[in-house]
Amino acid sequence: MIPVSYFFILSLLLFALGVIAFFAKRDLITMFMAVEVMLNAANLSFIALAKATQLLHGQVVVFFIITVAAAEAAVGLAIILLLFRQKRTIKAEEFNQMKG
Amino acid sequence: MAIFLFFLLAFLCVGSILAMIISRNQAHNALFLVLAFASLAGLFGLLDAPFIAAIQVIIYAGAIMVLFLFVIMMINLKEGIPAERKRWTVRLSIFLALLLFFQLALAIRGAVASFSRPSAEPASASLGSVTELGRLLFTDYLYPFEITSLLIIAALVGAMVLVKKKDGI
Amino acid sequence: MTDSFWLIPFIPGASAFVLAVFGRWLSKKWVSWQACLSVLASFIFSAIAFFGLLRVEPESLPIIKTLFAWIISGSFSANLSLQLDPLSSVMALVVTGVGFLIHVYSIGYMGQDKGYTRYFTYLNLFVFAMLLLVMASNIVLMFVGWEGVGLCSYLLIGFWFEKHSAANAGKKAFLVNRIGDAAFILGMFFLIFHVGSTEFGVIDAALRGGHLSAGVATLIALLLFVGATGKSAQIPLYVWLPDAMEGPTPVSALIHAATMVTAGVYMVSRMNALYSLSPEAAQVVAVVGALTAIFAATMALTHNDIKRVLAYSTISQIGYMFMGCGVGAYAAGMFHLYTHAFFKSLLFLAAGSVMHALSGELDMRKMGGLRKYLPLTYPTFLVGAIAIAGVPFLSGFFSKDAILTQAFARGQYFIWALGVMGAILTAFYMFRLIFLTFHGEERLDPKAKEHLHESPPVMTVPLIILAFFSVVAGYIGLPVVFGEKANLFDRFLAPVLAPTHGTGMHEAHPAASTEWLLILLSVVVALSGIYIAYVFYLKRPQTPHNLVRRFPGIYRLLYNKYYVDEIYNAAFVNTTIRGSEVVYHRFDLGIIDGTINATGEATGLAGRWLSLLQSGLVKDYALVFLVGVIILLGYLVF
Repeated sequence: MIPVSYFFILSLLLFALGVIAFFAKRDLITMFMAVEVMLNAANLSFIALAKATQLLHGQVVVFFIITVAAAEAAVGLAIILLLFRQKRTIKAEEFNQMKG
Repeated sequence: MAIFLFFLLAFLCVGSILAMIISRNQAHNALFLVLAFASLAGLFGLLDAPFIAAIQVIIYAGAIMVLFLFVIMMINLKEGIPAERKRWTVRLSIFLALLLFFQLALAIRGAVASFSRPSAEPASASLGSVTELGRLLFTDYLYPFEITSLLIIAALVGAMVLVKKKDGI
Repeated sequence: MTDSFWLIPFIPGASAFVLAVFGRWLSKKWVSWQACLSVLASFIFSAIAFFGLLRVEPESLPIIKTLFAWIISGSFSANLSLQLDPLSSVMALVVTGVGFLIHVYSIGYMGQDKGYTRYFTYLNLFVFAMLLLVMASNIVLMFVGWEGVGLCSYLLIGFWFEKHSAANAGKKAFLVNRIGDAAFILGMFFLIFHVGSTEFGVIDAALRGGHLSAGVATLIALLLFVGATGKSAQIPLYVWLPDAMEGPTPVSALIHAATMVTAGVYMVSRMNALYSLSPEAAQVVAVVGALTAIFAATMALTHNDIKRVLAYSTISQIGYMFMGCGVGAYAAGMFHLYTHAFFKSLLFLAAGSVMHALSGELDMRKMGGLRKYLPLTYPTFLVGAIAIAGVPFLSGFFSKDAILTQAFARGQYFIWALGVMGAILTAFYMFRLIFLTFHGEERLDPKAKEHLHESPPVMTVPLIILAFFSVVAGYIGLPVVFGEKANLFDRFLAPVLAPTHGTGMHEAHPAASTEWLLILLSVVVALSGIYIAYVFYLKRPQTPHNLVRRFPGIYRLLYNKYYVDEIYNAAFVNTTIRGSEVVYHRFDLGIIDGTINATGEATGLAGRWLSLLQSGLVKDYALVFLVGVIILLGYLVF
């Protein structure tokens, strides 16, 4: 079968890619998407672990992560919408009122 | 056969993420992400988690990304996508991300090694089945389950309140 | 009867406290009554204690009452304990008696002053401190009183503090006192160290038992005496007393004539065993006293400010007291202290009455011929002057004569000679004052003459009482020529001042004929001084001017107080001020403030650097976050 370690490497790779995406992009939406990528990388890791240990708990955790990610996405996007209404832009640099 | 599937799905996933990084159009980014999620679902399936795979497609690709697309539509940037990125942060972040990658790889190396034995595959058939998952959810994880529903309601209400305009939605 | 003596200091003390806390809500009438009655009560208790003391056996003296244990530190202890013995009893009577009369006088003198309550608060506080000083049974408590009277002196000299000269005078008094006090503290420490206790009884026993070497005794005696020169205005620390005349006249009478300045004499008498143990120190005391007596008397010759003349006179008379103590005749010194309290305070109060009549004038050149306008002030003033001049049958004669006789009898001829010269000068300058003020042609300011009036009874009655005592007070200390037992004063104080056991100096009894001769000499001296003044200022008023023209240098020297103040300023005061300015700028501002400011600056700088991290951008924060995670993981993994 497929060695479980492959999945872990893939998961780590996806996570690293998510990090790069977060810092490489300047618009809030894409940055948020990168966060979702990172979450999914973690999900993959959990599932692989569940398979490796033959226990189902990993999958239950993923279930919850997905649920929470959904809620978080809803609220996050609402906030982005509000920010857009304020400043008419979604460039991340524009939002630096907490400077200093 | 499974290996081939694995590599296919893996490349698909990584590729779409890379494309997401490179692309500057937000709608494109969203669609690439959907592709990534789908391939992830496939990978889940490979890992004896059919239910989770289905959930992934339905909720992540189906609901969350649709949400993203709606917001992108609403924002409706005419002048296009913000232009270039600052060079040095990108390079730094690439460096740091790779650093993180290797660190984590090292960290879990020991644990992973013990799993790598292609041990017996007994009782895997029912591993990711709905019944099993359901049973766990409603016994050991009942409490988090209920709390999560509360969480969803909170997010729902919060999102509505946040976006509400003064004179009605 | 002697049980209640410990109340004596605390009644005025309590009154001072009440006035200090509640004074602003008390009516002037209430303040007057409370302040005066508290001192009167104290006097009554002093009198009761005195009479009780007459019945007590000398062996059971002193009577000590410990109120509470104040300092206990290892083997060092000092209690709040008071003692009653002949010496403290005499002092208490003088302080409370004269003090009471001056309080009453002040009601009239300070009646229009807006600081009326404050004045009586300080005055009561002073009486409290002075009584603590004289009734303390250990040297530490005495020092508390010593400092207390110094403080009250400062407060009262600078009473009209809006006046620069008054504020400066108060400061000067306090600082010069402080120098003396530093020496006193050193002496006190040495004493306690060598004897091992602070109580006078223990100290006395140790001294008379010869437990102290002569060298140590000399050191302690000299140090304590330096403190006394500060408090009692002798050479070299007398410079504050003439300036102290800036204060209200009753203050000058009480503090700088009758009581505080005599504290030094009291201290030397109290420690007579010490001075007996160290003849060198005693000699120093006598010589300093004699020199001061002459020195101050010469300065009194030229001044025109009526209070200044009296101030120099005080310095001079205290010199006499130290002369007496220095030659070993402590009782004589105390006798002069006692009579001096009466006539000097009388002189000051009468001078105050003159000033009051002339709406505050104190320059004698603007007086003259006042004798017909002040029918009560003039005679009382005259009585005081006669007493201080040493005319026979008044108190000053007996006490001054006692000192001079004892000096002669103990072979101190130089001291005696100085004393005699001082007596002539005393008579001269006192009657110069009388003649210039009350006799001769009127040189009054016309506006002052309009309001010329005799003082109210509240001021003149104390004058009369004091005049009475200036006459009769001397009769309790008759010289030996009138009989062996005639000197009641000496006999009363003998248990303290001349105990039969111990190494004390012997009583000196000159032959009867010598003593009569000396008495005659004193009389001649006093009368000739008065006559010379008469010639100078009444018969041939041109004489002073002629003398000044012939000896302008001497006149200037005397008038400018031998330039002592200027010398002190140049040598000590200015160097200290300049030195402290340097220290202030280099050290206080530069180093200390600099360090604090630098710390503040550094903190600010660090803050500004750190705030650069806060760019407000989420990505930057996330970057830092990432770096942190990597570091943490690195730590955990490796």
